[in-house]
Amino acid sequence: MPEPEQDLVVPPSARAVVWARRRRTAAAHWTTFRRNRQGIVGLVVLSVFGLIAIFAPLLVDETQLEPATASAPPLHPPSLQYPLGTDNFGRPVLGLIVMGSRISLMVGLTATFGAIVIGAFVGITAGYFGGRWIDSVLSAITNWVLVLPWVVLAIVLSSVLGRSVLNIVVVIAITSWASTARVVRSQVLSVRERAYVERSRALGAGHWHLVSRHILPNVMPIVFANAVLTVALVILAETTLSILGLGDPQAVSWGVIIEESFSAGALTAGWWWWLIPPGVAIVFVTLSFTMVGYALDEVLNPRLRRR
Amino acid sequence: MGRGYLVRKLLHALATLFFVVAFNFVLFRVMPGDPIELLTRSEKLTPDDVAELQAEYGLDQPLPAQFVNYLGDVLSVDMGVSLRTGLPVSTLISERVWPTFLLVGIGTVLATVFGVLIGIKGGWNRGSRFDTRSLYGSLLFYSIPEGWLGMLLLIVFAGTLGWFPAGGFDTGEETGFAAVIDIANHLFLPVLTLTLGYIGEYAIIMRSSLLDTVNEDYITTARAKGVPEHLVRRRHAVPNAFLPTFTLIFLSFGYVLGGAIVIEVVFSWPGLGQLTYDAINQLDYPVIQAIFLLTSALVIAFNLAADLTYGFLDPRVRHA
Repeated sequence: MPEPEQDLVVPPSARAVVWARRRRTAAAHWTTFRRNRQGIVGLVVLSVFGLIAIFAPLLVDETQLEPATASAPPLHPPSLQYPLGTDNFGRPVLGLIVMGSRISLMVGLTATFGAIVIGAFVGITAGYFGGRWIDSVLSAITNWVLVLPWVVLAIVLSSVLGRSVLNIVVVIAITSWASTARVVRSQVLSVRERAYVERSRALGAGHWHLVSRHILPNVMPIVFANAVLTVALVILAETTLSILGLGDPQAVSWGVIIEESFSAGALTAGWWWWLIPPGVAIVFVTLSFTMVGYALDEVLNPRLRRR
Repeated sequence: MGRGYLVRKLLHALATLFFVVAFNFVLFRVMPGDPIELLTRSEKLTPDDVAELQAEYGLDQPLPAQFVNYLGDVLSVDMGVSLRTGLPVSTLISERVWPTFLLVGIGTVLATVFGVLIGIKGGWNRGSRFDTRSLYGSLLFYSIPEGWLGMLLLIVFAGTLGWFPAGGFDTGEETGFAAVIDIANHLFLPVLTLTLGYIGEYAIIMRSSLLDTVNEDYITTARAKGVPEHLVRRRHAVPNAFLPTFTLIFLSFGYVLGGAIVIEVVFSWPGLGQLTYDAINQLDYPVIQAIFLLTSALVIAFNLAADLTYGFLDPRVRHA
């Protein structure tokens, strides 16, 4: 016997259906992600560094980090008062690292964002609008940037642009978008041919609707996993450029701390407390981003799940 | 090998090279700031000096004419004169190529051999203790900035233990065979840094490539017809898994070159990286420009070599 009519609820709106579906997918993804130990460890480490970066001004006395007002004895080895010692200006290294987390993570995230935006734009344009010319020209440029000696290109760009944090971000973004563009392009090529996209096109959907409603949502998960992996590469790139002396001396990132200790002669003088901790911080953050990225890749890219 | 494949790849490489040359030209001429100002950033110039310099560098001509001149210079390997040393850039570079070649060559070969072996051993026994440990180890080394790793090795092996010299190419006092030993002694730590820096990446690539191969039908077939496990691995799985790894290693050449620059700076190794570093600090633009051109050309040549070898090894590619 069918139930009487009054039990029928009002049908939910399209938007509610979409959001319910998204919540379900997110919950399912989270369940899969949670089973990945590496991913969880990485996520925890990153949260700790994220909190440190956010609350950095509350954790350290910024006057102690100005060369002019630092009051500690210079090049003091680690002690109870200065757990990681001090640098040649008498700035506590621990404080430098805590404040440096802001610069390093900021550069990592913004440069990645820039790279991802460029990469997604190029990838979607090449894959969706394709055509013989657009696709081959964009793909040629992508392949070129992908294999280019990026350090040299970055050096060329920053020697033309000058030394500042913003330029570092721009330079890294310009040299790191290519792998994203490739991943996005191949994903777009496969999504574009699916039946529901065809159906939507047949119903008269324009380019904007197709790209924003069908292509982008399908490409986003892979872009996201790719972005997390890119952050690790970007932080390593920032370190490399800083060690080469292209960093911004006004914005003391972890890479800049390494460079300053290196050029002050920390290696020969044995000031290990100044040189080692910033590198350890970089390794922790890069490793965590890589582990989270791999875990996300496994969650969002079902083809890989068996690994 | 199919002639069409060869011609297509060659044309593609040439087009890319042309693009690099054009990019190099545009970057230093059309970017904000006047080239003369860029060239002589630290000097004060009178308008007459500027006009004279512009005539000397051909900058008073229209851009298309400048570009043609520039192409001619590039083709005749005339890279101009270093602003700081007054020597031809081509001389400076040719002196520095050899040390970089030693460092990058030996480092890449070692990283490839050990990375691939580790990847095979781990991937074939997936989930084993060796696999888990090597995977974590690979991820760790992948996450260490090369320059900083070099500094750590310097502190430990040159500083504390005193086993190796702290930098440079040689002591300059030895001759004959002793000189070779001397150079090898200086080369050890930079090569170790480069090897450790890339071994993890190569191991991960080889491992995942092998994991892709293991599920192929021909592996199942080989096992089903009773081929012993070690032969399945050696004759069926590894050769097929090595192909994509091989290409990726070739493609990562540009990255290795970038890593080598930092490593050279840390170890005062007198190669192209050190030259680049000095050129950055002295704003020696002709040198930077030439190094960019040279390294890009090298990378393009390596890609071409990878494509051609790949086509030679895998018939499916050249007929595609």
